This record gives sequence, C-alpha cells and structure tokens, in this order.
Amino acid sequence: MSATETWGIGAPLKRKEDGPLLRGRGTYVDNLDLPGTVVMIIVRSPYAHARIASIDTAAAKAAEGVVAVFTGADLRDDWKAAMPCAWPVTEDMKNPEHFPLAVSQVNYQGDGVAVVIADTRAHAVDAAELVDAEYDVLEAVVDVAAAARDGGTLVHEELGTNVSYVWPLESGTFDEDADVIVKHTYVQPPLIPNAIEPRGVVARPEPGGDVTLWSATQVPHILRVLTAATLGMSETKLRVIAPDVGGGFGSKCDVYAEELLAGAIARRLGTPVKWIEERSENALATIHGRDFVTTLELAATADGKITSLRANVIASMGAYLQLVTPGIPLLGAWIYAGPYAIPNYSVTFTGVFTNTTPTDAYRGAGRPEATYVLERTMDLLAKELGMDRLELRRRNFITEFPATIASGLTIDSGDYHASLDRLLEHLGLEELEAEQQARRDRDDVKQIGVGFSTYNEMCGLAPSRILGAIRYAAGGWETATIRCLPTGTFQVVTGTSPHGQGHETAWSQIVADQLGCDPSEVEVLHGDTSISPYGLDTYGSRSLPVGGAALWSAGEKIIEKAREIVAHQLEVSADDLEYEAGTFTVKGSPDKEMTVKGAAWAAFTAHNLPDGMEPNLEATATYDPPNFSWPGGAHAAVVEVDTGTGDARLIRYVAIDDVGTVVNPLIVDGQVHGGITQGIATALYEEAIYDEDGNLANGTMAMYLVPSAAELPSYELDRTESKATDHPFGAKGVGETGTIAAAPAVINAVIDALSHLGVTDIQMPATPERVWRAIEEAKQ
Amino acid sequence: MHPVTMTVNEVRHELELEPRDLLVHVLREQLSLTGTNVGCDTSSCGACTVLLDGQSVKSCTLLGVQADGATITTIEGLATGGELHPVQQAFHDHHALQCGYCTPGMVMAAVSLIGNREAGDRDSIRAGLEGNLCRCTGYHNIVEAIAEVAGSTS
Ligand code: FES
Ligand code: FES
Repeated sequence: MSATETWGIGAPLKRKEDGPLLRGRGTYVDNLDLPGTVVMIIVRSPYAHARIASIDTAAAKAAEGVVAVFTGADLRDDWKAAMPCAWPVTEDMKNPEHFPLAVSQVNYQGDGVAVVIADTRAHAVDAAELVDAEYDVLEAVVDVAAAARDGGTLVHEELGTNVSYVWPLESGTFDEDADVIVKHTYVQPPLIPNAIEPRGVVARPEPGGDVTLWSATQVPHILRVLTAATLGMSETKLRVIAPDVGGGFGSKCDVYAEELLAGAIARRLGTPVKWIEERSENALATIHGRDFVTTLELAATADGKITSLRANVIASMGAYLQLVTPGIPLLGAWIYAGPYAIPNYSVTFTGVFTNTTPTDAYRGAGRPEATYVLERTMDLLAKELGMDRLELRRRNFITEFPATIASGLTIDSGDYHASLDRLLEHLGLEELEAEQQARRDRDDVKQIGVGFSTYNEMCGLAPSRILGAIRYAAGGWETATIRCLPTGTFQVVTGTSPHGQGHETAWSQIVADQLGCDPSEVEVLHGDTSISPYGLDTYGSRSLPVGGAALWSAGEKIIEKAREIVAHQLEVSADDLEYEAGTFTVKGSPDKEMTVKGAAWAAFTAHNLPDGMEPNLEATATYDPPNFSWPGGAHAAVVEVDTGTGDARLIRYVAIDDVGTVVNPLIVDGQVHGGITQGIATALYEEAIYDEDGNLANGTMAMYLVPSAAELPSYELDRTESKATDHPFGAKGVGETGTIAAAPAVINAVIDALSHLGVTDIQMPATPERVWRAIEEAKQ
Repeated sequence: MHPVTMTVNEVRHELELEPRDLLVHVLREQLSLTGTNVGCDTSSCGACTVLLDGQSVKSCTLLGVQADGATITTIEGLATGGELHPVQQAFHDHHALQCGYCTPGMVMAAVSLIGNREAGDRDSIRAGLEGNLCRCTGYHNIVEAIAEVAGSTS
C-alpha cells in the first residue's frame, strides 16, 4: 500500500473529531456557561389556532428571580423585518407575516406568545407558569388535502386562501391512451427530525453594540446575514458561532424565533441570554418534515416502457413559511422519474397552510417524497403489467450519460444496472423467494417479503444560476482557504459547517492527498463567521460535492503558485517541473526536487521569490458547481410480518450506493447507515400525529417512536462507482441517499409479504395496527 | 437544602442540594461535568447515562439527593491516565459516533452491558441498548464496537 492509500482520498482514516467527543469534552451550546447569563423560557400557545385576547404578565414579572417578561407586542418594534423566507417560489406566493412571537393570533400549537427571562432555569420555568394568556379559540385546519379545498376554514384569514402557491413543471403530454395507466394516492405524514441534541442558543452582547451568537445550527453564515437583517443591525456587528452541534438533519438549517429573540433580548438587557430547548418543546417548535399527499400516475406500453408521468402534490407548509419551506417540494421536482427515462413529465405542487408546526428541510427534503411515490408505483405498475418488478425497472433505466431528462436537468453520470446487479449478488433473492413460498404454503403466521428501491437523487446544492432561475434568494457556491504555514503544516478554512459529518477528517485527507502531507498536519477551521467570513454551510448533501470541490480548487491554486516558486528556486522553467503528491521534480533530473512544504517556507521567508510575487503561500477558492450531484443505487429490504399482530420487523437490509469517488469509506458508510435508519423509521415507526383541533398528540420522545438498536438489524452495504464527471475528483453527495432510498424499499417489502393475502397498499408508517387492518380489509 | 455526599470520578463532593435538583443537573451545573448530555425530558434517550455504583442509570431520572453516598462515574472519568477506555477506543476504531451527542451515554451504557456480561451476541447488545437513542449512526457501528470489546460470538 502506498502512503496515500493509508491516508489520502479513499482511505478509511479514523476521525480526527472523535477524541474530545469520546471524552465528554464536546462544546455543545448547553455547555457554555458565561458569567452573568440569564435564562430564557418561551411561553407557547396551547392552541393550534386562536386569537390572543390578552396576556397578563404582572404575576410573572413579580416572581422570584425574574429579570424581564416580554410579549409579542412588547417586542414588535425590535424586528426590522419579518422572519425570513429565502425562497419565494412563485411571484405571487402567499407569505403571512411572521414574527418571533405572535402578536395577535397564534397559528400552531407551540407558537410563542411571550418570553420570561430569569436568573435560573427553575425560576424562569416557575414564572412562565404565571403568564396568564387568554385566547379566543378558532377552528383549526389540520388535514392537508382539506386545506387545499375552497370554502373551508382559513389559517390566515388576511390571505383569503390556504394556498400559498401552485408551482408546475411540465414537459410533453401525458399519454392518456397508453396500454396501461396506474394511478395511486400516497400520504406521507409529518415527521419530527429529532436530532438528539435539541436546539439551543446563547447570545452575548459585546461592547459597541456587537452581538456574539452561539447556536446549535447547521447554517452559521446564513443565520448571520438574516439575523442581522431582522434585528436591523449591520452584518459586521454580528458574529455567529456553531460550536459542536449534535446532529441536524435539516432541522437546524433554519432561522428560528429563539435565535432572534435571544439576540434582541441580549441587546436590550446588556447581558448574555441562554435558551435551551426541551425535547417536548422541540416536537412543537422545531420544524417538521414531509406532510405530503401525492397522486402519481404512470403510463406505459404493454411491454413495460414507461411513456408518461404525472404527479400532483399537495404539500403542507405548516402555519408559516420558514427559511426554505416553500422550496422543499421543488427539491424533488426534477426527480419524480428517478433513474428511469420517461419522456413525458408533469409535476404540480400546491403548497398549503395548516395549523401545524411549520415544515422545512428534513433529511432528503423533497427527494424522499418523490422517490417514495415513484418506487411504490413501479411495483404497482409491474403488477398491472404482470411483469417482474426488477425487469420493469431495468427496461426503463437511463443508460447513456450525460443524460438530459424530461424535467430539464442533465445527469452527468451513473450506472443503475451495475448497482442492481451488485445488489442481487448480495441478496440471495432465490432463497428468499423459496422461503417466502414455503411460509405461504404452510400458512405461517410470520410471512416474509422483499422490497426494492432503485433510486437516484440530485443533491450538492447547488448551481447558483439554477437557484436564481427557481427564485431562491442566494447562491449555491462554497469557499475554502488553504494557508501553508511555515512549519510545514496547513490551515484550512471552510465555509461548510459540519455537525457530525466528519469534515475535519475528510478535508484533511483531501489536502493530504493533493499537497503531500499527513492529515494530522492539517488544521480545519469552520463554523465561526469571524474565522470563515464566507460560506453557505451544510445541508442538501453539499459539503463534499461543493465545499470539497472548493477545497480542491484552492489546492490547485497552491500548486500553481508553488510551481513558480520551485522553478525560481531550482532555476528551471516551470514547464520542466513534474508534480506528484506534494513534490516537484525536474524532468530529466530526478535528483532535483522540492516539496510544497519547501515552497511554503520559501514563500514565508520571502528571501528569494520571483520578482513581483507576493510572499506567503495561501489560496482561496470559491466553487460554483456546474451541476447538481447525482448519486444513485439499489436497496433491498427484507421484512418479517406477524400476520396475527401486524408487527412488521426488518430482518435484513442490503444497500448498494454509487456516490462516485469516496474520500473516506468509514464516513460514507456511516452516512449510509444513519440515512437508511431514518428511512426505515419513516416507513415503520414515525409520524407526528395531530388531532382535529391541531393538538400534537405524540409530542414527546416517549410517544414518538425514534427507533433504537433493538428494532433494527445490522446492515449489508456495498458500493459501485461511477465517478461524477461534473466534479473535480468525481465525488457525489451521500448524506441523504439512505433516507431517500429506504422508505419505499421497506413498504414495498411489507406489501410483498402480504400480497398473497390480497394486500396492495399500506400507508406509512406501517404500524402494527395499520398492517393488521390492511390484512383484515383484504380478507373482506 | 439537603446535605449530600457523592464520589464522582474518584473525587468526593459534599453538596447542598434542592430536593428537586436532578442528578444530571448536579453533575453538569454544580460539578461542571458537562460531558453528560441531556437529550429528552421523558427518560427516553439515554444521553444522560452514567454509572452509579457500577450500574448504568439515566441521570435525568434520579434526584441528586437519591445519589447520597453513591459512587458515580461519568464519561469524563472513564479514560485512565490519558488512555481511552477500551469501549471509547472501539467507538473510535469503528466510527461509532458522528455528532457525538449520544456518545457519552452510549459509551456508559455499553460499559455496563459488557460488565454485566449482557453483550454475548449482537442481538443481546441491541436489546441492551434499547434505552439509548442515536439519530446519526443507525447503531450499526455502535453494535460492532461493543461486540469487539465484549468478544461477542455472533
Ligand atoms: S436525558 Fe435522560 S434519558 Fe433523555
Ligand atoms: S452520534 Fe449523533 S446522536 Fe449518536
């Protein structure tokens, strides 16, 4: 093994991040204990939809330890802008006014109406109980499909409708006369992301009116710009720090009321303000994911060539538009046809308001919703055609790349047959089918099923021009700086903001590979706007596809400048130098060589540089991706269903993913494991359940079933590799693939297990009750 | 206020506690041992797991006064003389942590499982970890790490 194989791109290097985290030395926001800190507690509406009649704060203000109590009205003038939504997807999109605390009306259970500030958490909690808010309760809008219909209750009366926007994408004409048309409607319920670290924020006022904000956020840079705008302060006066962050999955990719409140109140009081979210509060106050009702139609020829696709999606926005709420459906808009070549394509999204927690990005964001309905419908179509479900998939796979698809984008690379072939090598489908038949023959109470999902997705957000064309307010580039320090070490500053993804390790490997050093000689700085002034943060599986490419580009600039320095020092022409893994050699004189580290020292002393060259060896690159990133693969779930109780259990899960070049296989496998688990959880366990009054019925971790190790099997993973041709070293995103692929594989497996009983449909999550009912209904 | 004595990571502490102080808050706020995390308010997540007299407990479910006279080990007390405990080392070797927030509790639960000989195979490990939630890793590598230390058979 060469040196780079043990630590460069592709090496399973153990993580640099682990040490402090394993020793209990994480820097999570709640661990910050600044002198003079006061504690903030939010008083939240118990009703999903109500007018605020009155709020009496006198008793709370008089309680022990209380520093201040503010209502929405008290703070109204602190906001120089409403809470930001960065993605007005259509020109006429409806966006209700939204402030960190409700002023006259609450629109979901958990909407904040007041804050209590006290010297200790206990005092703040006690005083919050004394805030006396009176409400005139209104009828709540909960059902997504009903919200879209005319004439019902309105969430925001002033808008005159519950429809925020209608967004169509159409190419070609649906073949209404096709040999076969299948049509099915799918409900994907709201999900609570449940990062194990709840959110938290500390705001400290600084001399001269500056504020430092520590937040459990994925997006320190975005947060800085938008918090400054909302508070009416200069961006230069606000420093945002994302310390160790305990997971996000999209739920910390937002600008939240509590961040703005802490900032505003710290400025008012002149003392640090701390807010730490309770888990049950998180269920209400942190965004939810999904909540789509989708009708999908596929038209095909009798021999299984799919000719048309039509998707009609009603997506709940929840009560308000958060940072990118309206854009979430759009992130899936181009991939409803997945890895299949389908010439006629039409997708329509209707975004509606409901009296529920706002939705926004949750792992996969728009793409799991697309893949789920497609892969479920592929199985339905196969059944309708009397064709093997894998054969149907194979007949429609895109095989030539780059491929311009009907939705208008171009997939740079992929090999869907290869992933499916590899999956079947691992799966042992024949044995499974024999086992299934044997159990059916003996009428076993425990039946097994196998489900597939062959998927692709688009991530690596995103080419700035495309974002502009779809009305997103910012770009999609990323930046990186590499400083070659005089001691032969390297300092990297990245605009990405990891919260578990291992960027310090992976970025070190990229630099080590490119510039010829050991990863331990690379320091990676991130997550502090005063250290990394530019950056667009971490979400949408963008960090490696975009941030990693920026880092690579910075490395290329370093090599180019070093080449000039080395040529000058060795007194040869730059064209006569060859470069490999950190060392320049002179063509034809292999004894003459100099390393990047040597060039860095020469650039630092600046005693003998080419005329006019700036001292120091440092480069910054900003990379705007030319395309999205297009990972894909083939997953299979094997489930055992107890037909007596309806209990469905996963017994095997096999995942083949193609994420192009892998920088660190340990980290990539970890991302896939975690992603799959959230997809399985979606399929079998998780759902935010609202009653008809908009009360969240299962808003605690005791009620909302985040699966533990006990519910899950170990996973079988492998990879195929088609390098991304639109990425400098061939890498694709991996953070969301598992979640995108897994849910349909699992539900297809549950249905497969019960198909001989006549079961054709089960709504997610496939709880024992739902499965049992499906079996009973099929018997009728 | 109640006088309470406890030995935490081999240091004896004499404390004055409010009856309502949870053990996890005593550890985090009074003893500044912030390695033990809080992830929920319903005793569901296990992020707060510590060893009390050698057994894993969720420190959010105990009052500080209930730990009077107890010997407690938190994640900060597990490594000895700079060397990671074998479970910590195995978590590192197997990439059994991502964001790290569940990790202190997960490691303490694992130490207890192995000590009680309840990690004989992967199914037992999974059953034994039922009270510890991780949202990042999907548990696969956590189970592998524990199986290695425990010498699990399957
Ligand atoms: S914080 Fe103790 S179990 Fe969740
Ligand atoms: S590593 Fe993030 S919750 Fe377990």
